[in-house]
Amino acid sequence: MIKTIRRIPVAHYSNLKARTGYSIRLDDKEIALFKVSNGRVYALENRSPHPKGGVLSEGLVSGEYVYCPVYDWKISLVDGKVQEPDNGQVRTYKIEIEKDVVFIVL
Amino acid sequence: MKKLVMIGNGMAGVRTIEEILKLEPEQFEITIFGEEPYPNYNRIKLSNILQGDVHFDDIIINPLEWYKDNNIQLYTGEAVVKIDTKARKVLSDQGREVQYDELIIATGSKAIILPIPGANKQGVTGFRDIKDCELMIKLAKQYKKAAVIGGGLLGLEAARGLLNLGMKVDVVHLMPHLMERQLDRVSASMLKEELEAQGMNFLMEKETVEILGDERVIGLRFKDGSQIEADLVVMALGIRPNTEVAKNSGVYVNRGIVVNDYMETNVPHVYAVGECAEHREIVYGLVAPLYEQAKVLANHICGRETEPYKGSVTGTQLKVAGVDLFSAGEIHEDTTTKSIMVHNEYEGIYKKVLIRNNRIVGIVLYGDTKDSTRLFRMLTKQEDISGMTSVSILQSECSGAINDGDDVASMPDDELICGCNGVTKGVIVESIKTKGLTTLDQVSQCTNAGRSCGRCKPLVASILSHTLGNQFNEKAASKTSICGCTTLSREEVIEEIKTKGLTSVKEVMNVLEWNNEEGCTKCRPAINYYLGMIYMDHGMDDRDSRLVNEKMHANVQKDGTYSVVPRMYGGVTTAKDLKKIAEVAEKYHVPLVKLTGGQRIGLFGVKKEDLPSIWKDLDMPSGYAYGKTLRTVKTCVGSQFCRYGTQDSMALGIELEKKFERLDTPHKVKMGVSACPRNCSEAGIKDIGFVGIDGGWEIYVGGNGGVDLRPADLLCTVKTKEEVMEITGAYLQYYRETANYLERTSKWLERIGLKHVQEVLADKEMRQALNERLDKTLKKYVDPWNEAIQSKEIQDKYYMTHIIKVGE
Repeated sequence: MIKTIRRIPVAHYSNLKARTGYSIRLDDKEIALFKVSNGRVYALENRSPHPKGGVLSEGLVSGEYVYCPVYDWKISLVDGKVQEPDNGQVRTYKIEIEKDVVFIVL
Repeated sequence: MKKLVMIGNGMAGVRTIEEILKLEPEQFEITIFGEEPYPNYNRIKLSNILQGDVHFDDIIINPLEWYKDNNIQLYTGEAVVKIDTKARKVLSDQGREVQYDELIIATGSKAIILPIPGANKQGVTGFRDIKDCELMIKLAKQYKKAAVIGGGLLGLEAARGLLNLGMKVDVVHLMPHLMERQLDRVSASMLKEELEAQGMNFLMEKETVEILGDERVIGLRFKDGSQIEADLVVMALGIRPNTEVAKNSGVYVNRGIVVNDYMETNVPHVYAVGECAEHREIVYGLVAPLYEQAKVLANHICGRETEPYKGSVTGTQLKVAGVDLFSAGEIHEDTTTKSIMVHNEYEGIYKKVLIRNNRIVGIVLYGDTKDSTRLFRMLTKQEDISGMTSVSILQSECSGAINDGDDVASMPDDELICGCNGVTKGVIVESIKTKGLTTLDQVSQCTNAGRSCGRCKPLVASILSHTLGNQFNEKAASKTSICGCTTLSREEVIEEIKTKGLTSVKEVMNVLEWNNEEGCTKCRPAINYYLGMIYMDHGMDDRDSRLVNEKMHANVQKDGTYSVVPRMYGGVTTAKDLKKIAEVAEKYHVPLVKLTGGQRIGLFGVKKEDLPSIWKDLDMPSGYAYGKTLRTVKTCVGSQFCRYGTQDSMALGIELEKKFERLDTPHKVKMGVSACPRNCSEAGIKDIGFVGIDGGWEIYVGGNGGVDLRPADLLCTVKTKEEVMEITGAYLQYYRETANYLERTSKWLERIGLKHVQEVLADKEMRQALNERLDKTLKKYVDPWNEAIQSKEIQDKYYMTHIIKVGE
């Protein structure tokens, strides 16, 4: 199977505000883009792994974690892992930043 | 050192090892084989894992360090396949050979799997260990329909867990009643009704004869020919002693591994304990008797004199899907028994005590099990009850008069507190006193009380509190930090903010050395609230420290859409506003338009990116239906139109709502205004309620119509509208200044006392000062919807979904 790696520009780095989540729709995928206080940018699937779901982009950001706004699960922005006592994992996407442009690598 | 080997790493076995280590920490070199890849965990709690209450780590009883600290060689994920009883060694499935001087078989039991066609299909499981739980959790994510075979305790727990995981659940039971080994007909049907209300579907008197499907299960077929669909089948028919290795190695096995009163098998130096053992023809499955066996075996192996194990009379204390149950001894009446029964259908309580020859021989309690320890003691000690009245036997019928503290004080020392671990009140009190214990955890560690099913913990806590007296309260009080990020309490945080002049959430967390730099969802909204309360006229709200609804100024719904509820003061609207709402609903294809409980109109299912334009089109202020603030002021029609109304309730309601809207409060605040005591606006269950009487208003406070249903208390009666506004302002401000964040007025009032609040508000100067601070605070608010419409920045940051077409 041929797999193409696509790199999609989604935002200007300088426009992103820290501790904020942005929702981005790429075709059928909805992605939450977060910039955290230390300046790093992360992209996750914009959906909590809680069985009843819910978006992540509106969650409270603390360090390199986001809290699911509906069920308060604590989720690592780095690897998408749900922190104890809950468990699960959110799909993460690779980010590349070049000259102020933020790319999501699919 | 003697070599002690144990096959099995479960609760009864490891408890035996714990008992041995207590007696003879140096006598044995210990090796344990466990088939599962985990340390000893609390199997009783598996249903909690399935139900999502706890995580696996929370149910580990002995962590791996415990094995290490006690020099125990543990082989997990490794089963013993053969015992060479002549050469005294065991052989594992990984080819490992270990010599023993003494061998304990503690292999527990296995789930019974029906020997019917299809039982080996994918999607069919037992409910016995972590692996089964994980499979169910996984399948619940992909599939919708589950069938549980077995309407006993295990089956019902599995079914409850699957409901929590979002599946539709059919429970298939062979017998006409649920849990027929513990419950009689009445209590079983009460349980069935309760569980049906929770969403379970029951198929009674159905015998499963085939599991349908190709590779994976698609359904069940019953003996009567009927069928159901199922994507997951859980067999919860009970357990069977796991005796294979014993049988293959020449140890005598009947139903279980047969042992004598010292837990010895027929082979010298080989013992069996727990669910795999059969003692006097009984195989026990509950934890209490197994721990008794463990104690006897430990003493015996260590060469101590010990009372032999003579079997146990078991009482079953259970909690099934939120319902407390207890049953012991005989369940069904016969011609020689007489019964005392209480059946309170209204409260869902049922109690039955069976009596033969003036002695209690059976107990069934449903819904209220407070009497269980006392009745069970009377049963086991065969007390003569001929002098007692039926009321005093079922004491807690009149339990209003008895409080917990007295209960604990009057309890005899030999009263069993923790049935699982056989811990009495005397033992707990003794260890609190001699070892200086101050917390529940310490008591559990030292005495084992509460370490298994955990149902006795409240009782242990009251014994702790009773034994320590005042000491306990102080200690408990000093431990309420606002969240796990700090050890500081609310009072300390507020004090520090004031004395150090801290002005932002970030600064508070920094200066007060939060152990989690950017806080969590508990502390950040709380700090933000406290800052806003302390600095009255400061407009430095940290929007990103608010949780989603307050941050977005709309309620997030479970599918990620939002609801919009515009302000409709006092529930009074106009044709013009109604038209606007109707037009917006049409223009934005709003899926649901509904009257809310607070007398206004909600638009539900709105897309995030549509929020600002909807607000613009509505051109109405936010109703704050999402906030920790004044929600609604519900009013009745009142004297303007109603023939009963003695006061103008609509006018007062509108004035109250206009004055106090947008004010940040520790939790939401709802008001109601009725023009007469008929109270059509339900002012008696509002945070603040006003009831018009001839010549004035009654002001009620602390009502709650939600989770903590509570009727309001009469705060005072006043004559004029001005007085109403003054008292309400002062009351609200006092609540704002003294309540914990997220504490509703009902809880706050109970904590702080109605009398105290009345005294504060009776003081004129105090009232004025409170109102001044409130008015100053109220000035800083602007309508958040209008603000969002005006600000491109807010729109971009909070309400945009950036749509990007790939491939362009």
